[in-house]
Amino acid sequence: MSLYRNLRERALDVTAKAGDFALFTGRLLAAMPATLARPSLVSAQIYNAGALSLVIIMLAGLFVGMVLGLTGYDILQRYGSEEALGSVSAIALIKELGPVVTALLFAGRAGTSMTSEIGLMKATDQLSALEMMAVDPVRRVCAPRFLGGMISMPLLAAIFSMIGIYGAQLVGVHLMRVDAGQFWSELQAAMESRYVREGLLKSCAFGVACSAIAVHEGFRAVPTAEGVSRATTRTVVNSSVAVLILDYMLTALLL
Amino acid sequence: MTAVSAVTTDAGAAPGPAATDAAIVRLDGVTYSAGGRTILKQLSLEVPRGSVTAIMGPSGTGKTTLLRLMTGQLQPHAGRVVVAGEDLARLSRDGLYSLRKRMGMLFQNGALLTDLTVFENVAYPLREHTDLTEELLRTVVLTKLQAVGLRGAAGLMPAELSGGMARRVALARAIVMDPELLVYDEPFAGLDPIALGMVLRLIRRLNDALGLTSIVVSHDVQEIAQLADYAYVLNAGTIAARGTPAELAADPEPAVRQFMAGLEEGPVSFHYPAPDLATELLGAGRP
Repeated sequence: MSLYRNLRERALDVTAKAGDFALFTGRLLAAMPATLARPSLVSAQIYNAGALSLVIIMLAGLFVGMVLGLTGYDILQRYGSEEALGSVSAIALIKELGPVVTALLFAGRAGTSMTSEIGLMKATDQLSALEMMAVDPVRRVCAPRFLGGMISMPLLAAIFSMIGIYGAQLVGVHLMRVDAGQFWSELQAAMESRYVREGLLKSCAFGVACSAIAVHEGFRAVPTAEGVSRATTRTVVNSSVAVLILDYMLTALLL
Repeated sequence: MTAVSAVTTDAGAAPGPAATDAAIVRLDGVTYSAGGRTILKQLSLEVPRGSVTAIMGPSGTGKTTLLRLMTGQLQPHAGRVVVAGEDLARLSRDGLYSLRKRMGMLFQNGALLTDLTVFENVAYPLREHTDLTEELLRTVVLTKLQAVGLRGAAGLMPAELSGGMARRVALARAIVMDPELLVYDEPFAGLDPIALGMVLRLIRRLNDALGLTSIVVSHDVQEIAQLADYAYVLNAGTIAARGTPAELAADPEPAVRQFMAGLEEGPVSFHYPAPDLATELLGAGRP
């Protein structure tokens, strides 16, 4: 009986939280026209979420590409197909690894920053002060961060994939002596626009999910040091799970 | 100090029409609970226009909650909160925001926006709600900063300000839209004697010069005695006493006398409810 009650309470709690998240996302979307009318607020958040994440994204892209180059060469040379390294690396990066790994890094770098910043604003009464100045904090604080994250994520994923291909080429061509002409021509021949569309669609979806989760967790954080810390942790966990689930769903849908 | 005649009602009773005209804020039988605990019980009070009205009481009696109910940041579970003739529960979000443009609030910690300079913090409400030219906006902001003695600090960031300075900047921001009602949450907490004296005089001066109504939530009895026209003493979620500071000082009610004189003995216990110390130390009541 107690187990049933616990499960029921847990289910109600999860449903209430999902409903709250859906309503909050609706408020964010409703605030978009007003947010677009203040481009300076959005550009500041593109700088925070995008430009400040560039170093980690580029570094991760380079090493993921280099690992892909090494592993890909090791497998492909067993079948005498090492010249396909360029196409294999590029497709894997653009379709899958670029959007997913960028989204996971984005949640860890930009998402946590959004959550902790909004959470601390709440803990120091800055959000209440905005309310008292008749300024909607969702419109003024959350929506620009959401939009900034949404715009930054596909750009970061594209940069990740580009640097990743360069990393794979660095290892494949310069270290493993795959012919450079074959590497690039195979890549060009195998690449189709649908792979780019799929990668772009995924990175946009991940950008929406990660940014919405980050601002929602910050806005709903318990206004204490522990509350903000827990909200920041939830941002990383929930965003990562959401990215992986969305990735499977989109892959299945686009096959 | 001018004593303003306040119109008050008993708990839960509806005030008369004359009282409604005189009051800018009116609470009728307000009950509020949080975390399974009733914080305010059937509380009724009125704040007369043009007065400095204090809400006092020991820590944890619901003073800040009361203030948040008056400003529409919280909704009561029972009863009505009427501000400037508007029932807050009936207002839409836009209606509430329109009303808030006529109110100012000074938070306990100032609540300045940490990414903006002092000047931009004070200019913020004007930028959001008016179309003033940059020149006019600068004039208004510098005038308000001059009123709180911080014109010279206009270029500083909030992190560079002391606690007292931050609160004065927040006060300049609260008055920048020329509100009708100004609400102060513990304005004297943590201030040194010089800053405290300045804030005290500022509240009175602003109230009289700008024709405001001020509500001051505080537990500083001496300061309230100098400042307020009228005061309410809250205890255990209800109003224990009301009157001018002089009337409250002479109130025979034990809880009020204990609070006003800062006595250790009285109905308000200093200790949180706990089992007998000797029993607990000897192990019988060990949790």
